[in-house]
Amino acid sequence: MSAQPKILMQGVAKAFGPKKVLRGVDLAVGKGESCVIIGGSGTGKSVTLKCIIGLVRPDGGRIEVDGEALTGRTRPGFLRHFGMLFQGGALFDSLSVWENVAFRFRHGADRLPRAKARDLAIDKLRRVGLEADTADLFPAELSGGMQKRVGLARAIATDPDVIFFDEPTTGLDPIMADVINDLIREIVVEMGATAMTITHDMSSVRKIADRVAMLHEGVIQWSGPVSEIDASGNPYVHQFVNGLPEGPIAAIR
Amino acid sequence: MPALATIQDFLAAIGRAVIGLAQATGALALFAAQAVLNIVTPPFFPGEFARQLMRIGYFSLPVVGLTALFTGGALALQIYSGGSRFNAESVVPTIVAIGVVRELGPVLCGLMVAGRVGASIAAELGSMRVTEQIDALVTLSTSPMKFLIAPRVLAGTLALPVLTAVADTIGVLGGYLVGTGRLGISPGNYIQNTVDFLTLGDITSSLVKGAVFGFIISVVGCYQGFNSGRGAQGVAQATRNAVVSASILILAANYLLTEVFFSA
Repeated sequence: MSAQPKILMQGVAKAFGPKKVLRGVDLAVGKGESCVIIGGSGTGKSVTLKCIIGLVRPDGGRIEVDGEALTGRTRPGFLRHFGMLFQGGALFDSLSVWENVAFRFRHGADRLPRAKARDLAIDKLRRVGLEADTADLFPAELSGGMQKRVGLARAIATDPDVIFFDEPTTGLDPIMADVINDLIREIVVEMGATAMTITHDMSSVRKIADRVAMLHEGVIQWSGPVSEIDASGNPYVHQFVNGLPEGPIAAIR
Repeated sequence: MPALATIQDFLAAIGRAVIGLAQATGALALFAAQAVLNIVTPPFFPGEFARQLMRIGYFSLPVVGLTALFTGGALALQIYSGGSRFNAESVVPTIVAIGVVRELGPVLCGLMVAGRVGASIAAELGSMRVTEQIDALVTLSTSPMKFLIAPRVLAGTLALPVLTAVADTIGVLGGYLVGTGRLGISPGNYIQNTVDFLTLGDITSSLVKGAVFGFIISVVGCYQGFNSGRGAQGVAQATRNAVVSASILILAANYLLTEVFFSA
């Protein structure tokens, strides 16, 4: 990791009513690094990402990108070079596939003519393994795997510096999940982007991650290179990675 | 003392309901103010606005037109039946025109559009909330208030006066068809009486009511959909609340506007 992290979270806390979801998350993600946050359902993985994007306002702590604090003023600049693949794709039903992929080209500050935007969208669709004839289909006409690919094409449309992946393989069969994992890894390496992924799919973790962070009880319990995940010496990680019914996580539940 | 506790519980329940109502009203008012602010400040999305104008205005024409046609016809029959008790059958054209233009045209148009469009806006935005499409807009550097809410509210506010004008015209036409075809009023007399007694103030009040009702329908539909709860039940509740709230607000606003226009 380079000296200055691309994304830095320090003591980020968030509660919903009496439920404290994040109790002080500390995490540093280096430039060009692929960091995967693992943890059980409801442990605050999505909330962590949403705090960075600004969809959820943290109660405390600090989030920095390139050494600059993320605030209401600086976040639009961060989002201009950002892409995200949502768990369910989150494709706009009313727009065709190419209009989804080219959304930033059609509605953003750097608006392009329709034909040019369509060509760029088709290039990105090809990059994720979809043919040009899918461009005029609507999201409802696509399979789950194709929707993920379109979501991925939309996320990388403007060659972002930072990409988030929210449960990228959920709902896919193992073969398609593997294809999506390979695509994510290839694209992140090719673009040199910083990636943050949340998942509880260990095969995804091993394919995608440079570094892994284990989130439990609102704090990062362990963080280290993916190569060390099987010998982390951390009881939470050991239990989660091996899917053991006995251990500190089960005891808390 | 159990009786005292019961009274306290009862008063607390009323208090909670009042506080809840005040909170909901405040939140809706703030949302409406934000919507207006986003309508008048760039960036603008003319494509989205045009699409919503078609959806709210053009595609509502059949339902609004048919409602007005049958209501105008029924009104003519009722007025003729009631008026004949006092030998006042000749007032049919005048009362149909005033009744339709001042009240029934805008109110029925508002209620029909609240059912058709308000529900659809709430269901669409609610589904977008549930499937994270609204979150996706934020990650694409696009304000959901500007892209989703502003075009719908502007389209609703501009489309409803036009729909109301159509409803007024077709409502009067319904009365004319029944009056001349069934009740034996001569066409010339019917038109003359309609034109003579209808004032510019009647028409203005009708169109202003239409604009206010359009604003109410679109703001309430957007608010309910945008703040929809999770899951199918959340979307269903948002849709129901959008129609019920908009309908009640339309009837309340109609009374207030009628006071403003015609109380003197």
